[in-house]
Amino acid sequence: MELLRYILRRMILSAFVVVGVTFLVFIVAQVVPSDPAALYAGPRPTAEQIEKARQELNLDAPLPARFATFAGAMASGDFGISYKSRRLIAEDLRAYLPATLELAVFSTGLALLIGIPLGVVAAARQGRWPDRLGSLGSIAAVAMPTFFLAMLLQLVFAQWLGILPLSGRLSREISIAAPLPVVTNFAMIDALLAGRLDAFVDAVKHLILPALTLASYPAGVAMRLTRSAMIEILERRHVVAARALGLSEPRILFGHALPNAMGPALTVIGLSFAYALTGAVLVEIIFAWPGLGRYVSEAILAKDFPVIAAVTMVVTICYVAMNLLIDIAQALVDPRVALS
Amino acid sequence: MPLIDIRDLSVSIPTPDGDVHAVRSVSLEIERGEIHGVIGESGCGKTMTGMAVLGLVPKGARITAERFHFDGEDLREKAQSLRGRHIGLISQDPAAALNPVLSIARQMDDVIRAHRDLPRKARRAEAASLLAATGLPDPERVLKSYPHQLSGGMQQRVVIAQALATGADFLIADEPTTALDVSVGAQVLALLRRLVAERGLTVLMITHDMDVIAEACDRATVLYAGRSVETGPVEAVLNRPGHPYTRALLAALPDAAPHGARLAAIEGSIPPPRSAIAGCAFAPRCPQAMPVCAAEPPPERVRGTHRWLCHLPEDAA
Repeated sequence: MELLRYILRRMILSAFVVVGVTFLVFIVAQVVPSDPAALYAGPRPTAEQIEKARQELNLDAPLPARFATFAGAMASGDFGISYKSRRLIAEDLRAYLPATLELAVFSTGLALLIGIPLGVVAAARQGRWPDRLGSLGSIAAVAMPTFFLAMLLQLVFAQWLGILPLSGRLSREISIAAPLPVVTNFAMIDALLAGRLDAFVDAVKHLILPALTLASYPAGVAMRLTRSAMIEILERRHVVAARALGLSEPRILFGHALPNAMGPALTVIGLSFAYALTGAVLVEIIFAWPGLGRYVSEAILAKDFPVIAAVTMVVTICYVAMNLLIDIAQALVDPRVALS
Repeated sequence: MPLIDIRDLSVSIPTPDGDVHAVRSVSLEIERGEIHGVIGESGCGKTMTGMAVLGLVPKGARITAERFHFDGEDLREKAQSLRGRHIGLISQDPAAALNPVLSIARQMDDVIRAHRDLPRKARRAEAASLLAATGLPDPERVLKSYPHQLSGGMQQRVVIAQALATGADFLIADEPTTALDVSVGAQVLALLRRLVAERGLTVLMITHDMDVIAEACDRATVLYAGRSVETGPVEAVLNRPGHPYTRALLAALPDAAPHGARLAAIEGSIPPPRSAIAGCAFAPRCPQAMPVCAAEPPPERVRGTHRWLCHLPEDAA
């Protein structure tokens, strides 16, 4: 009951955040020193062309009316058309967002699966070689520039070992010779829907290196945070009590201490998920990954505001949803969270 | 043969400022089926003695003893494997001893699963029946709860049920009533007495409270500055205390003072745990101290099963 109330409260709060961001995006669009009509009209427009564009874009309507139109359009998933390419933004997003989400979800999952257990082991072996090695590794993981790690991984796994593809989302043998029917644009899901195990395996293989690259930083941070939280928890009386009750050490570490120590790591993982949505431009470029980061950075350079606004909205919603999930996860792990 | 047979136990913990002598010389014999109280001020080594029996001393601590036996087995080698199977712990502060983020069902289940190979449903039933055995009225509801949803007395009963779940027949109860209010504490003591009688348990009761000794224990050992200075049946220790420290402890009880008078206190404080002690550790605070007390270790005085260490002749006690 407490949990349900808590989830409801978080959901309402999330809705407010989304509305707030919608408002902010709209306001920013009004104050940027660039004339959307001029951009929309194309290169070297005449005064009449600009005026025509202004009418077409409904830029003369009063501000509140335009906000209502804007918010309504956002809510219905109609993001308008790109000033630059004249393509429907919603269409573009349908292609780019799944690629980005694939990467973000996988890298976040990897960060959790690598960072947290390593943090637990390091705390359990505090000051001894697993701890030293883990701490060194986490510093390297955090400190290494993304592009360098990306190229290093490509060199080792694609060039030398040849066990993983260099870049892209699918091999040419699949994408050109035997393309998947596009349903969701999530390569793995489409492969499964089509019953194509070969394509599924191929999609997973393509995902590993970019996901690993993106996971490196959050995994390193999660490891450090888990380690320090665990060291504190392992001193607590209930851990001593669990030992005195004859519980096995792995059970104590992962079953009893870890649920108390996961909070900070979960928070960081949530933040890194948000980062992976649009901040992964370098990774997307190096691995030729057709994601949102590249899409939006091109839009920014072209001052293509509808695209920027649409991506901002979509990313906000993804991030808010992720945060909500993390809040719920925290409350499930620690029942006291729902009480506060 | 006593269940617990400890002779001249010492535990020292190396620190950058020198060794801390948490336990200097403790001897303890606990017979099967008795509740044996260990009493002393904070820092006298009573908890560390219990932790040594459990094999849970801090990292780097050194344990030496002439004898350190549980049921004939050397605790220096076997504490790890005895702990949880034959030796259980009832912690001081039940709120801290229970994991705040796990349900009672999970915490009970983990203990039962660690010791017995039972199917899931049987473990659940066992957990409920153990909780019922500790006098909890609605075990099913308690199982569904988290620690913060229970009162202190209920939490302590859960902790006791966990200790029973291990199947241990020797329990170390470390100040089991300190965190509870008086009436709840009395109920917990009565429960322990009942469990000892019903299940043939043996309990080492660590406390700083003479009332707990009087209320619940069969025999008692008094610790001072890491040494056991007096041991014997509770009636003898309470009514005819041999050691001046025990007498001072008894005189400091609120009941001992005439109504309206100032409560007695023991002047001074215990010697610092890093210092070496040549003679009787209590000598600097002892109202009856003689020159020999500070210089030479006191001899053992014996009156039946009642023994204490003091330079004063036996009839002075």
